[in-house]
Amino acid sequence: MLASDESPLHHTPLHALHVARGGKMVPFAGYEMPVQYAAGVLREHQHTRSAAGLFDVSHMGQLALRPKSGKVEDAALALERLVPQDIVAVAPGRQRYAQFTNPDGGILDDLMVANFGDHLFLVVNAACKAEDEAHLRAHLSDVCMIDSLADRALIALQGPKAESALAKFCADVGGMKFMDTGPRKVAGFDCFVSRSGYTGEDGFEISVPAEHTEALVTALLENSDVLPIGLGARDSLRLEAGLCLYGHDIDTTTSPVEGALEWSVQKSRRTGGARAGGFPGTEAILAHFEKGAARRRVGLRPEGRAPVREGAVLFADSSSAQPIGKVTSGGFGPSLNAPVAMGYLPSSLATTGTQVFAEVRGQRLPLQVAPMPFVPNTYKR
Amino acid sequence: MTILFTTDHEWLRIEGDVATIGVTDYAQSQLGDVVFVELPKVGRSLKKAEAAAVVESVKAASDVYAPISGDVLEVNEELAAEPALVNSDAAGKAWFFKLKIKDKSELDGLMDEAAYAKHTA
Repeated sequence: MLASDESPLHHTPLHALHVARGGKMVPFAGYEMPVQYAAGVLREHQHTRSAAGLFDVSHMGQLALRPKSGKVEDAALALERLVPQDIVAVAPGRQRYAQFTNPDGGILDDLMVANFGDHLFLVVNAACKAEDEAHLRAHLSDVCMIDSLADRALIALQGPKAESALAKFCADVGGMKFMDTGPRKVAGFDCFVSRSGYTGEDGFEISVPAEHTEALVTALLENSDVLPIGLGARDSLRLEAGLCLYGHDIDTTTSPVEGALEWSVQKSRRTGGARAGGFPGTEAILAHFEKGAARRRVGLRPEGRAPVREGAVLFADSSSAQPIGKVTSGGFGPSLNAPVAMGYLPSSLATTGTQVFAEVRGQRLPLQVAPMPFVPNTYKR
Repeated sequence: MTILFTTDHEWLRIEGDVATIGVTDYAQSQLGDVVFVELPKVGRSLKKAEAAAVVESVKAASDVYAPISGDVLEVNEELAAEPALVNSDAAGKAWFFKLKIKDKSELDGLMDEAAYAKHTA
């Protein structure tokens, strides 16, 4: 019998460009994506921090929520049924980080929500996009038309030279601040541009009609400040920035409080707020806010040189048999020239400087709880 | 002096009853940028196919297996201090460890350079 999961991998509109530029293609979330180019993960990482990196993130889901009433507030209020964020307060031309929660208070996916004036624009994770769309249709169809924008690609331009590189094709990007967003002409194409990203660097994410993606990216790559960057460096950059990877650092079993994402839940949705509760898992999540959660996501710095990777079990000391937590992301941080990790620990141990041990190849390696981001971010606020 | 290769992409340089062991240039090209190397303890007695060392790139950790049985005579401390040598000089400066060969007949199953070239073609 043939395995049913051998469905062909999707290609993004930049697939041919990746291959032509020597991208090492790997399967990722149902797509064939470049894990690195000839420069390699280390140089791609460092180039993004020192100049500008261009990422293909077209595998991510893009959706429009169009209010049937024509009033964007109605779409915002409707979306608040599914997320613990204040969406009504997101001003036109701004975006906000959010999570879809489940009835247990866990996280179904994390996403960006932008107010485009007459509708909301959402960017969701590739691996969750079909479920997210079905979830939105099931719960918001009374108020909103839900459009999957499958005919658009998404690219990210990140790093200290991102603004100057993009300004050649889009005059007003210099006036944008972190999390500003909206429709812009870029090289004459109808794009959505936001000043945001997943690297800790200043930069932009650009939604572009699929048929113009290659032309836009080719034009951006003519600038010697800009190098194409693969998924390998994308992961090391976001890890140094302390940013969560859905399905690893947060998932259906972690609440936003356990995930150390309290900052993303505005007071208006918490107990005593104007629109407190009303999202899936309200009871569990608000209880975590009031009484605290038993465990918490923390940054971890291994004391030695050995990377401590996802899945490594954590212990309170070098000999105890009782696990206390687990590493959820870990690897080498090229900008720190040292290993970095994040994981879950009992809240009582989730304080900077606490020493814990990870089991790696039968040895207990010491790590210290460390503040995140590991590398300071450079957002233009 | 003979150079032999394994299907796991290790090379062995045989000089008398001592084998110097490293990973091949093909292996380093597949691994990507190496950021950490863990070497066996001097004096450790390794059995053929046992995990002997670890080589880690930014993305992943890989085991280096003992291609033959033997006692570890020496390890490359310079490599432990500068793991990127694996990328720059896999067949030379980036040797991992030296073994005192226990059973020369274990060498019979290994490939010569031409056979290894065919294996990675």
